[in-house]
Amino acid sequence: MSDTAEVPFRIMPAVSDRNRHYWQGGREGKLQFQRCNQCKYYLHPPGVICPKCRSKDIGIEAVSGRAEVLTFSVNVQPWMPGLEPPFVLAIVGLPEQDGLRLTTNIVNCDPYSVTIGMPVQVLFEPHVDEEVWIPLFEPVRER
Amino acid sequence: MSEATDLIGERRAVISGAGQSDIGRRLFRDPLELTLDACLAAIDDAGLTTADIDGLSTYPGASGPAGFSGGGITDVHDGLRFENIQWFCGGLEYPGQLGAVVNACLAVSAGLCKHVLVWRSVFEGSAQGKGGRAAVMPGGGSTTTSFKATGFMEWVLPYSAPSAAIWIAMLAQRHFHEYGTTREQLGQIAVNARKNAALNPKAIYTDPMSLDDYLAARMITTPLCLYDCDVPCDGGTAFVVSRIDTVPDLRKPPINVEAVATALHGRPSWDQYHDLTSMPAQDAGKELWKRTDLKPTDVQLAEMYDGFSFITIAWLEGMGFCGKGEAGPYIEGGARIALDGELPLNTNGGQLSSGRLHGFGFLHEASVQLWGEAGDRQVAGDPEVGVACAGGGPMAGTLLLTRRR
Repeated sequence: MSDTAEVPFRIMPAVSDRNRHYWQGGREGKLQFQRCNQCKYYLHPPGVICPKCRSKDIGIEAVSGRAEVLTFSVNVQPWMPGLEPPFVLAIVGLPEQDGLRLTTNIVNCDPYSVTIGMPVQVLFEPHVDEEVWIPLFEPVRER
Repeated sequence: MSEATDLIGERRAVISGAGQSDIGRRLFRDPLELTLDACLAAIDDAGLTTADIDGLSTYPGASGPAGFSGGGITDVHDGLRFENIQWFCGGLEYPGQLGAVVNACLAVSAGLCKHVLVWRSVFEGSAQGKGGRAAVMPGGGSTTTSFKATGFMEWVLPYSAPSAAIWIAMLAQRHFHEYGTTREQLGQIAVNARKNAALNPKAIYTDPMSLDDYLAARMITTPLCLYDCDVPCDGGTAFVVSRIDTVPDLRKPPINVEAVATALHGRPSWDQYHDLTSMPAQDAGKELWKRTDLKPTDVQLAEMYDGFSFITIAWLEGMGFCGKGEAGPYIEGGARIALDGELPLNTNGGQLSSGRLHGFGFLHEASVQLWGEAGDRQVAGDPEVGVACAGGGPMAGTLLLTRRR
């Protein structure tokens, strides 16, 4: 998404030291997660201790940005100011770790063309004034 | 009783009374009035007076978004000037709304008190008022809001997903994908509810609705249409939960709490729970049957949360009334879950047609049915065993009730 594209209104997340890597990674085009430096487990949503090995040695790591649509819904209802319906909510799974997943929008396609199992890739919607880059996903383009 | 039975502490608790306020789409009444109306009705129904009440329990306390709570512990305690309260508990982080009832069962079982007043009241209909749903959304529907999303909402609000309708729709979609469930099957939850609502004088929507009507309704968020979503309303529901040794003091034959379950075996989250075709309803369901010799086939009526119709599917499967992934064929055609079917379901019209009393309506209906007081919608055959299940997403609580003992 180019910086000149029209950016829709979104409720912004409260950015903190714990989640900054996720909401601001897009500034450098990176989708980032916490990762335990001891057992290599990715944490999402972020935490303060590795829930697997209890280590507090937690780093930040960028992932490939590739994902698969695990499930989705085409939302038609205008709940509040924001995206223009119909738009797609999806839970996408990341190949880096079984169970590493997040809720996101699938964009840059016909909402009704999204399917479970569809390969997608990350892109970022800049909200520069808020210092937030929203990670979104779009269908993987054939190159 | 065996050693194992001694550990099922909830069996020392009974439902001794139930009460409801007026219920309506938008009543524009003081919500505390509705709350207290329900409370006094429940106390009277049990054959008790306010002087007998020595415990208080509610969900979600005085907290939550506009319309979500018509009165917390302090409001009711002071509103009725109780003078002999030995124990109280009100809060939000419960295993479903009926967690407040489970707490009451445990308090009387532990001997902390004898008669707990338990309530839940809502005024979500009036709170939306003329402003519609956007008025009660985070940020108040304004694009200049300084509101920032935290907690779970941090992960969905920036994506324009403020409603559980969307979160649940995604689970329904995955269920459709894995098991071949169809809208025609899912629609039976709504059609059955509407049929039962027509026999409930307190129901909100009673006009006949066919499966074709359902299929023609406008989509909200695929695969859920308008009729898959419950209706915000105003109203209060209350119970008295009493210790079993007080039964001689009660007006009515008590409804025994046979077993409760409150489990959550995966991550406590709407989108991180491991199974995207189900919810912790399956964890609570699994645990419930470990606490009783009764079986799903003993259950004569099921009152199961339908904030969104798919949640009822998760409860039907989770409680073992059918196999995992088999709820679609199980409810297809609707005969099995009808008032005269093998498992009468949501016999008062559920939240879909009788209003979003938020979990407590299901226990109220189960109780009324087991007392034989359900009027035109009474399940035939003098039913003795029923279940009430409440909660969707990462919240699930269920009570198995019986008049046998």
